Amino acid sequence: MQQAMMEFWDGLPVIMQIMTKIMMIVGPLLLVVAYTTFAERKVIGYMQVRVGPNRVGPRGWLQPIADSLKLLLKEVIIPSNSDKYLFLIAPVLAIAPALAVWAVIPFDDGMVLADINAGLLYLLALSSVGVYGIIIAGWASNSRYALLGGMRSAAQIVSYEIAMGFALVGVVMAAGSLNLGEIVMSQQGSVYHWFLLPLFPLFLVYLISGVAETNRAPFDVAEGESEIVAGFHVEYSGMAFAIFFLAEYANMILISALTALLFLGGWLSPFEGILPESAFALPVIGWLLDSGIHWLLIKTAFFLFCFLWFRATFPRYRYDHIMRLGWKVLIPVTIVWLFVLGVAFALGIGPWFA
Amino acid sequence: MSTAIRQFFKTFLLWELLLGMKLTGRHFFARKITVQYPDETTPISPRFRGLHALRRYPNGEERCIACKLCEAVCPALAITIESEERDDGTRRTSRYDIDLFKCIFCGFCEEACPVDSIVETHIMHYHFENRGEQIMTKDKLLAIGDKYEAQIAAARAVDAPYR
Repeated sequence: MQQAMMEFWDGLPVIMQIMTKIMMIVGPLLLVVAYTTFAERKVIGYMQVRVGPNRVGPRGWLQPIADSLKLLLKEVIIPSNSDKYLFLIAPVLAIAPALAVWAVIPFDDGMVLADINAGLLYLLALSSVGVYGIIIAGWASNSRYALLGGMRSAAQIVSYEIAMGFALVGVVMAAGSLNLGEIVMSQQGSVYHWFLLPLFPLFLVYLISGVAETNRAPFDVAEGESEIVAGFHVEYSGMAFAIFFLAEYANMILISALTALLFLGGWLSPFEGILPESAFALPVIGWLLDSGIHWLLIKTAFFLFCFLWFRATFPRYRYDHIMRLGWKVLIPVTIVWLFVLGVAFALGIGPWFA
Repeated sequence: MSTAIRQFFKTFLLWELLLGMKLTGRHFFARKITVQYPDETTPISPRFRGLHALRRYPNGEERCIACKLCEAVCPALAITIESEERDDGTRRTSRYDIDLFKCIFCGFCEEACPVDSIVETHIMHYHFENRGEQIMTKDKLLAIGDKYEAQIAAARAVDAPYR
């Protein structure tokens, strides 16, 4: 049976194989995005001592389905003075990079769509392309609020990309590779080998700039409801509006997954090197304890929860404070830590740099 | 100097932010205070002032004696009363209208009434579909009083010690 399956798979044209793999990544991703919106409303509700949505389906489980159906059936209104083509192409420009970056994310050892050796570079490049969608949306809407939102978001993303890039430089130095799979494999050993410990300041900087990159609270001035209504997507409605949300949540999941991959050893089990080898040989528990995709999912889910937690906790930053934090705090911190890393390398401080 | 160092570490270890997250984290597990309204309701005070009603005595005689104290006390001028002598020689209302668009549900009419005739019930869900329906006529008020007499009497009994 398995033999026949394998033969059938190998017999498929390459394009079909790639398409199948893409479907296997994008399908679950969009489902997770839909349910992240539900989780967000539930988590924030719980933190505000209410129960959140619970009327659609059992305990509200069908809420995202109802939401997406509603948005699908709504009219996409195009403002009469807008630039029609740019207006419609902007959501596509926002979602395309958000989905395309998933090509280089390894879910398990070797479980990756495109195992390119400059994966991290590809990732940085594509996530900066996402900002074009936002700027073009702000510009094409021909609305002051949208333009202000687009400008703010552009300035913010460009500033934080630098801090984020520097944080990633630290990871690349420690791992000695730009390939995400190899970065994870270089954290093998035990929990102490994860980059979380030697690169702790960079981890914080990466997480903070990740939140800022995705325009999430407390850095959500791009949509700041109280100041500029909804920012760059004021004029959008129906599915065009939903696509911006899809992109934002896909980016959130991406940042969470990346934090897990780069600093917390991705799919590596935290029990590795702590429990004796015999523990991993147990029938079911052994598989659970051993490294695998489930550890990556758990770590990603934790950081995703943190995104929602931040939103429920922190008030929005003032715009100039965001710029100050990005340029005057995060970038110097990363540079200092890069020097520390250099010294640690030169002295061969173990177990990471030996 | 030592405060500066402490401040430095406090800032860079995000101490205050962690305190904030601890607070919201604790609320995450707290018991939720939401009342699922159509399914559950909060308790209603016996003094709740909802839709009006005119009451009757147990023998079926209407209580209202057309003294017009409620009409006089009404701050919104929502009550209109006309009275005449009934066949048995008693004074009764021939017209008792409350305009619910004018009424502010202050409860003064209920306070002023010497015979506990006009009362405000616990009814809070009602609507009008046509213009003119907001005028509560004597017939409508008496009908409400007849229908909810048990509830009205119970609420009055609970509140009696404080009157």
